[in-house]
Amino acid sequence: MERDATAELTARVQAAAAARTPLQLCGSGSKAFYGRPLRGEPLMLQDHTGVVDYDPQELVLTARAGTPLAHIEARLAECGQHLPFEPPHFGPAATLGGMIACGLAGPARASAGPVRDYVLGVRILTGAGQVLNFGGRVMKNVAGYDVTRLMVGALGTLGVLLEVSLKVLPRAPGQLTLTFALSGAQAIARMNDWARTPLPVTGTCWVDGRLYVRLQGSPAALAQARRIGGEELNAAEAFWTSVKEHTHPFFDGAGTLWRLTVPSASAVFDVPGRTLMEWTGAQRWLVPDAARADLHAHSVRAGGFATRFRDAEPSGEVFAALPAALMRVHHELKKTFDPYAILNLGRLYADL
Amino acid sequence: MASLAEELRAAVGAANVLTAREACVAFECDGLTAYRHVPDVVVLPGNAAEVQAVMSICHRLRVPVVARGAGTGLSGGSLPVAGAVLLVLARLNQILELAPRRRLARVQPGVTNLSISKACAEHGLFYAPDPSSQIACSIGGNVAENSGGVHCLKYGITLHNILEIQIVTAAGEFLVLGSEMGEAPGYALTALLTGSEGMLGIIVEVTVKLLPRPESVELVVGAFDDIGACARVVGDIISAGIIPAGLEMMDGAAICAADAFAKCGYPTAAQALLLCEIDGGDADVTHQLERVMSIMREAGAVYLRVAADASEQLRMWSGRKAAFPAVGRLAPDYYCMDGTIPRRRLPEVLHRISGLSEEFALPIANVFHAGDGNLHPLIMFDAGKPDELRRAEECGNRILELCVAVGGTVTGEHGVGVEKLGPMCTQFGSGELEMFHAVKRAFDPHALLNPGKAVPTLARCADYGALRVHGGQMPFEHLPRF
Ligand SMILES: Cc1cc2nc3c(=O)[nH]c(=O)nc-3n(C[C@H](O)[C@H](O)[C@H](O)COP(=O)(O)OP(=O)(O)OC[C@H]3O[C@@H](n4cnc5c(N)ncnc54)[C@H](O)[C@@H]3O)c2cc1C
Repeated sequence: MERDATAELTARVQAAAAARTPLQLCGSGSKAFYGRPLRGEPLMLQDHTGVVDYDPQELVLTARAGTPLAHIEARLAECGQHLPFEPPHFGPAATLGGMIACGLAGPARASAGPVRDYVLGVRILTGAGQVLNFGGRVMKNVAGYDVTRLMVGALGTLGVLLEVSLKVLPRAPGQLTLTFALSGAQAIARMNDWARTPLPVTGTCWVDGRLYVRLQGSPAALAQARRIGGEELNAAEAFWTSVKEHTHPFFDGAGTLWRLTVPSASAVFDVPGRTLMEWTGAQRWLVPDAARADLHAHSVRAGGFATRFRDAEPSGEVFAALPAALMRVHHELKKTFDPYAILNLGRLYADL
Repeated sequence: MASLAEELRAAVGAANVLTAREACVAFECDGLTAYRHVPDVVVLPGNAAEVQAVMSICHRLRVPVVARGAGTGLSGGSLPVAGAVLLVLARLNQILELAPRRRLARVQPGVTNLSISKACAEHGLFYAPDPSSQIACSIGGNVAENSGGVHCLKYGITLHNILEIQIVTAAGEFLVLGSEMGEAPGYALTALLTGSEGMLGIIVEVTVKLLPRPESVELVVGAFDDIGACARVVGDIISAGIIPAGLEMMDGAAICAADAFAKCGYPTAAQALLLCEIDGGDADVTHQLERVMSIMREAGAVYLRVAADASEQLRMWSGRKAAFPAVGRLAPDYYCMDGTIPRRRLPEVLHRISGLSEEFALPIANVFHAGDGNLHPLIMFDAGKPDELRRAEECGNRILELCVAVGGTVTGEHGVGVEKLGPMCTQFGSGELEMFHAVKRAFDPHALLNPGKAVPTLARCADYGALRVHGGQMPFEHLPRF
């Protein structure tokens, strides 16, 4: 389970840089569907594994990027801790590196914050084959630019992640899920009302005419929280896992799955199709009836943006277009970290 | 300069361009007063469009620009640079939108930190990061430094509490980074700009996250005879699964100074004091408070008190919050360090800091954000005495090198500015430093923004390294080299 492949990976990237050979960075492939289709020689990262340092008292865990997420979560659970942003695995062998590169978070995102908030340091291999360290293993660190967090969600286009240090937190002592029969509009109002109160809400989901709300805290705090009403859900863990991992029946079937990120109180979208809402209403999954519906325009009108998250037949842009000046900055950064344009070229945007 | 000043006057109005030395002298330094330089031109734009106009003029004429918020920075980040325009954002001081239902506020960069929490208090909301300078410091400065506060163990630093920023680039282009949802397609540029010390862009608008005020807040103060025992309590509390809202520690020297200054009733005979604030729902707070008290008791606390009410909480916090000025009364000058270390190394590092205090014959008081391992050793000295400033800086550099050696960093929240350019060379290798310079070029190819700050040149590191070999013979050198 423990293996340091830094030397081999460095040699591979250096050779690819010299030959200008595009590389496809591969963890376990659990999130290979995410982003634009890729070409290039596979660079296998799954063999670079092992938890390098974990001291529960420090609330910091450092591991090589090929380490399975399941292994990390099990180590944390032994000490009553967890990754507060609840990353989706989308496959049994999902790796730490893929989690950072995709930057996806689960139901707790609205209360715990995004993946980015928990990344303290990285060791990367640049597209020029240089091993560099940014950030560190401490909670507060403002020395140098925050290159660490720049890697989150960059889909491997700026560097090969070798090692990552994460801030972790104790798990809440207990949880309770309550459900309510509500329309989408009512659910949006209810979720946003709760969010303004100190109620310990750590997850919301509206699907099939029901709103599910997860509360976490001590038994006494949960007893108090019951005052909001609703019915208690018994198999709550399984429900939230199914939402996080997209194994809930909502995600079954063909069609394009869109992810919309919008201001949380935005009205329900009148797009014919199915909707599942999370994150107080800020994250909405849509499966439109019309196969080629383009939801970019809808979300822009609401002040947000859309992502073509999963597509049986990938085509067109996956992520919302960027203004020209912002795109130029992206290209400049790409050149800085990957001067020969060999790392996951085009996975995020064409030529990036 | 004449045509530059004329163009700037046309852009922002004559009254908002200062060139007279008497007027400019007010901006000669930030909170790191050992470094001063009177700026040639000070510009005070009134809105984002004017900032854009100023940047376009400076870009065309290739004139460097140093941004300044409230000037409370502690590392010389807004120290004027010869030949540069000082761009003061203090007049951009409007809260543009307060949206309690969306739990956010859109503010201009010159808005003070505290005024945000004040404005949203009536809605039961607050803005979490609370640097001790919060009455004065600006939100633009907070973003540029990624500032922390006493509540960042639980609520995070500035980065964790901002959703979107709008910047004007060195070339005068306007960019929106992030969104009100706290994420946006493309690279995580909000994070990259946060803590960038005015080197990558001028922040002209910030959307901050507002949080609901916790139902209940308790403050417990414990004092110990042994600083090591106190430091271990910090780890024990966290191991018990408790994340306090604040967990602050002071050593004997700081306790006495703070109590003399704030008359807050601290046990002045103790060697170490821990302030532990717990907040949340009533039931959780009661439960965690009991746990914390028993941990402190078991660790041999010689004093243990829970503040009876909000006013006693304020009084107990007042000593900690006034610790810098309080230590300031003990000596003509003090030098505030800002290293962060892994928490488990606290006892050892404190011990070695007291060794350095003896070696340099300079008293040191320690005040720190113990929960995050962020130390603020305050080195006391007298700049009027020959050699003392140099010794204080040398002692400070040694403390920072110690922080790096145990796996920490040279700055947890105050930034590098001009002050920690040397110690940055201990923390990073040439590959990382070159990458930082390259990131800077990606935003600012002509090196117009805050030149010479935040990231040392490799030449400077070579000097710093060489001089270290000669056993602290470093000549007193104020100005960074370009
Ligand atoms: C007594 C005292 C206590 C303090 N306590 C704390 C504390 O608890 N925690 C903490 O983190 N800090 C603390 N500080 C440090 C300081 O207050 C913070 O760094 C603060 O964020 C600086 O804000 P400012 O508006 O004064 O910025 P300035 O000092 O004016 O500038 C700081 C840096 O930001 C850049 N900058 C400013 N505005 C902009 C802008 N709009 N766009 C781009 N760049 C900009 C400047 O170029 C400079 O590099 C303390 C300082 C003092 C004097």
